Amino acid sequence: MVEPLLVVENISCRFGGLLAVNGASLSAPSARITALIGPNGAGKTTLFAVISGFLRPNVGRVRYCGEDVTGEPPHRLARRGMVRTFQIVQPFAGLTVRENILVGAHLRHRARDAALAMAEQVGCEVGLGELLDRPAHTLTVAGRKRLELARALATEPKLLLLDEVLAGLNPSEIRHIVPTVRSLATRGIAVVMIEHVMQAAMSLADRVFVLAEGRIIAEGSPAEVAADAAVVEAYLGHGAAAKMRGTNVH
Amino acid sequence: MKSFVAIAAVVAALAAVPALTHSNVVLNFLVVTLMIALAGQGWNILGGYGGQYSFGHAAFFGTGAYVTAILQVRYGVNAWVGFAASIAAGAVVGAIIGGLAFRAGLRSSYFALVTLAFAEVLRILASVTPITGAGVGILIKLDLRAQSFQFQSRAIFYLVILALVAVALVIARLLERSRFGAWLIAVRENEDAAMALGVDAFAVKLGAMVLSAAITAAAGCFYAQYFLFIDAAIGYGPWISIEALLTPIIGGVGTVFGALLGALVVKALGEGAKLITGDVPGLDLMIYGAVLVLVIRFAPRGLVGAVTDIYDYFRAAAQKPAAEAANG
Repeated sequence: MVEPLLVVENISCRFGGLLAVNGASLSAPSARITALIGPNGAGKTTLFAVISGFLRPNVGRVRYCGEDVTGEPPHRLARRGMVRTFQIVQPFAGLTVRENILVGAHLRHRARDAALAMAEQVGCEVGLGELLDRPAHTLTVAGRKRLELARALATEPKLLLLDEVLAGLNPSEIRHIVPTVRSLATRGIAVVMIEHVMQAAMSLADRVFVLAEGRIIAEGSPAEVAADAAVVEAYLGHGAAAKMRGTNVH
Repeated sequence: MKSFVAIAAVVAALAAVPALTHSNVVLNFLVVTLMIALAGQGWNILGGYGGQYSFGHAAFFGTGAYVTAILQVRYGVNAWVGFAASIAAGAVVGAIIGGLAFRAGLRSSYFALVTLAFAEVLRILASVTPITGAGVGILIKLDLRAQSFQFQSRAIFYLVILALVAVALVIARLLERSRFGAWLIAVRENEDAAMALGVDAFAVKLGAMVLSAAITAAAGCFYAQYFLFIDAAIGYGPWISIEALLTPIIGGVGTVFGALLGALVVKALGEGAKLITGDVPGLDLMIYGAVLVLVIRFAPRGLVGAVTDIYDYFRAAAQKPAAEAANG
């Protein structure tokens, strides 16, 4: 059997007395959307930071393309094709949208003209075509999320780690960006997304991992996970699953 | 292309000055101004484009000045060879300071303080070490021949420093259009986001530091050739660190012409004040302070930024009535 593009094995990450991630494992194959969900403070973003090289885990391994890449710095992982976006969007505020995307495009294109062409193409693809020459700090939240996505896409990734690209968007904005995310997987990119917007995550994802208190408590198809008692309890509190079963009986 | 034309036009205009005046006062003023502009442009590569504010560019200016002086006086090396060695030595010192500071992950004010500390350490070392002439300094022998990088006429000195400034302007312009420049600016704007996009922030900052240091070292070497004297307070003194960062900040950080414009304005104001009040010590520093406060308050992007804003404002104002007329 061929190993999935990304395999995360038994990662633990501790900040002082706080065990943010506790023995979490997951995997993500190419051309599929994998969702990582969980309540606030579950350790999702920390796990992303470990995978993308911004944090070093205390225990565990990250395997990418069949190689151990644990602790490799982010820029080197990006060169290998693993790129993350940030939950709190980090635009290069003083630059235009085009210049922002250009930074990503330069990773695979040294020549400015080729990189500019790439930036324009990606900008149009994510729906920023009209705004390419606007300063990035004038964009709305939805625009910044698109920009975050565009910059990452311009690096021509094989694995894209999306940290809450839908959070903070209104329903119509979500409807607009969902097809963009789906098209990435059909293009062959392995997408791993942290998501709070349940409905969108469940409809997009091929496979879902649920993280609670630093541990993976469930994994499976969206339908399986939604029916999992442990998941319901993690979200709604201890005893919630039993109560829900109870109301169903009556 | 457009911006290279602008550089050519500015340099050509400045090159015409010696044809218009033979006044040694004017030429001396312009030589010193351009020398500061060159040091400032060096600072601008790292500080303006890279966002790493150094308070210790004296480390490179002084190294440039001392290396050529020591090579000529103590070892009889040709002045032009000394000039090349100065630039190389500045680059090496930049690589050492940058390597240590960036490897330690120092950012913003911590980086500024460490560069200041390096420059001060070098100043103290230079003021006690025999090879640098300790407290006495080094006098370069007067030898007014082109092969000794010394010229009878100030006009030639002026054209030489103008050529060096022109090279520095072109370097900044090439930087703006290169991948390295795009990455450097990305690091300035947001280092984490840049790293996530595959930018090796350490390598990019180090490269900028080396280039920056080499340019400022060239200015230091020119100082030694022009004044034929160097000591610790001049070479490694805080004055040049301050002038190197003030000129681009006042002119416009991260712009091609910022350092040149800033140097012209600051030096003209300083000289103007001296003409009016006589040689009151420290007055030029007070002027720098006042100009800096005004610029930061009213034109945070410097004079180049302010000029661009005013130009955009009038262009918009000119287009508005035209558009209204077309609609009406």
